[in-house]
Amino acid sequence: MPEPSSAQDPAESVGNAGAGGTMDFAAEQAGSLTAPPPGEHLVPEGGTTTGKPRSLWSDAWHDLRRNPVFVVSALVIVFLVLISIWPKLIASGNPLACDINKSQDGPAPGHPFGFDLQGCDVYTRTVYGARASVTVGVCATAGAAILGSVLGGLAGFFGGWWDAVLSRISDVFFGIPIVLGGLVFLSVVTNTTVWPVIGFIVLLGWPQIARIARGAVMTAKQHDYVQAARALGAGNTRILLRHIAPNAVAPVIVVATIALGTYIALEATLSFLGVGLKPPTVSWGIDISTASTEIRDAPHMLLWPAGALSVTVLAFIMLGDAVRDALDPKLR
Amino acid sequence: MTTDRRGAREPILQVKGLVKHFPLTRGVLFRKQVGAVRAVDGVDFDLYPGETLGVVGESGCGKSTVARVLMNLEPPTSGRVLYKGEDITRLSGPALKAVRRNIQMVFQDPYTSLNPRMTVGDIVGEPFDIHPEVAPRGDRRRRVRELLDVVGLNPEYVNRYPHQFSGGQRQRIGIARGLALNPEIIICDEPVSALDVSVQAQVVNLMERLQREFGLAYVFIAHDLSIVRHICDRVAVMYLGRIVETGGDAQIYEHPTHPYTQALLSAVPVPDPDARGGRDRILLTGDVPSPAAVPSGCRFRTRCWKAEPRCEERMPELAVPRAFRDSGTPAEHPSACHFAQERVRVLPGEEPVN
Repeated sequence: MPEPSSAQDPAESVGNAGAGGTMDFAAEQAGSLTAPPPGEHLVPEGGTTTGKPRSLWSDAWHDLRRNPVFVVSALVIVFLVLISIWPKLIASGNPLACDINKSQDGPAPGHPFGFDLQGCDVYTRTVYGARASVTVGVCATAGAAILGSVLGGLAGFFGGWWDAVLSRISDVFFGIPIVLGGLVFLSVVTNTTVWPVIGFIVLLGWPQIARIARGAVMTAKQHDYVQAARALGAGNTRILLRHIAPNAVAPVIVVATIALGTYIALEATLSFLGVGLKPPTVSWGIDISTASTEIRDAPHMLLWPAGALSVTVLAFIMLGDAVRDALDPKLR
Repeated sequence: MTTDRRGAREPILQVKGLVKHFPLTRGVLFRKQVGAVRAVDGVDFDLYPGETLGVVGESGCGKSTVARVLMNLEPPTSGRVLYKGEDITRLSGPALKAVRRNIQMVFQDPYTSLNPRMTVGDIVGEPFDIHPEVAPRGDRRRRVRELLDVVGLNPEYVNRYPHQFSGGQRQRIGIARGLALNPEIIICDEPVSALDVSVQAQVVNLMERLQREFGLAYVFIAHDLSIVRHICDRVAVMYLGRIVETGGDAQIYEHPTHPYTQALLSAVPVPDPDARGGRDRILLTGDVPSPAAVPSGCRFRTRCWKAEPRCEERMPELAVPRAFRDSGTPAEHPSACHFAQERVRVLPGEEPVN
């Protein structure tokens, strides 16, 4: 990494005291401060390596690989994805094989996390619950982030009618209470998979991201470097992708990673109300909902799925944070 | 200097009757225009190859709007901008892109004119990505390094980011980007006003050297009169969206005939304690009128000590005043005043001219 301090330009400290704003500025300055001829640099050599040219993305990746926060959170996420796809990797039991006699029992040999209200093994259910919860969290966040940042970004960039119409539409969605909307929307759906829930969360989640993206794009758009690119003849696509997007993505990343946790919790709420995921499906949300009423008698029932949810949300927030920092050259 | 550069050559850029009004609207659903900010209200000038035209005036007089219209970043309300005889304000698509190669811009604030998330190599190389015909792909890295070298930066720094540079160095990066396409004209919108005084001289001298090397024509917009005099061959003084006086640098600085120019020049600080009190400063009263409510007749009359009823009735045209026509004196240059009078500037360190 080049050390920024060596970028100081020694010649720029040359003073010309009192010359500011004088009429004989020309006569005084012309002789003493002519620019150096080409080839003779103001900056000392050294401090940088002559490698291949780098870009923001290659620098960011180079940075991320050395960031322990990124490595740890990425490993946690990879692990979560693996057990979502193949829960049998670490859990041999059946999450639906329950023995009501063991209701709310504590840890026992072979059942390290104890048993829930129905006498099912909490460990197995926590492992199997990852699939539904991670799918809902990741897909809903990705959907809302993509839809929201594209629509909001375009509204902020082009303005005018498109912006006015989009802002009013997002106001309408903001006005729908999430739980009430969920009861109405999801009660008519008979499909028992996670997709209607994801669709509903995306539908109500995108306006939040769109507002953030719209504001970030409007801020980035005002900078002179956008005008400079336009003056060079750059088209809208290049300006959006090369100049606006990298400078507007940070707040969207932050809001989206925080929203991920909210969306998993929202799935839990909807499941609790009976309109989210239906019981044969195992999810952290369903388990947290049922356990929350028994927290005094059997805290372990709540602890494990809630802990798994917290670790997942934390991993995504840390990942988002690391990516955001890596995309800001000033923080390197 | 003025005449030999202009000679019999054709102007490279002609601005004719340039007007830019920004509408003031009222109402949310049904927008109704209730007025207009007359940022630029009838500006004409010519720019000749290889010369520097200074545009001076106080904040809000429309200097930067002129620059943005010249760069085709804003469409003019009316008027024409002719580049080699072709009206560039009506161009679009590939034709406009081709013209952009020849007219480039250096921005005022080096802290926002460079994308903080691009390396210096990407910033200076972007013109080649947009105009691939200028440099073949394999040649671009070498061209970028050459450009950095030309503006006095270490070519090794291509992988650095703008925040790692000082203000002066950033402005050099901005100049390198402007030079990349080998333009003939560079519009400089207050290129040094955001820099330290010590660095201003370096950047101005760099720009002069580049002008000699590449035969560039500059439109140099500034409010610092000393720098304008240092770099410019001709000067246009703007007030409230119009040019009030124009001429060679010696004509404007030493023989101003418009009262506004005289007041402006009398405000230039003189770094000589002995001269304090000895200078006859013209103190203008009042503020610049709002460009949304421009005075009738002469725009300067509300603050002018010479104003008479005639100034309210008739707008003075920008032309050589009758008193100096065919006089052969340096005061013979266009000045938009009914009562133009020469007022010899007393330069610091010089004896008053009697």
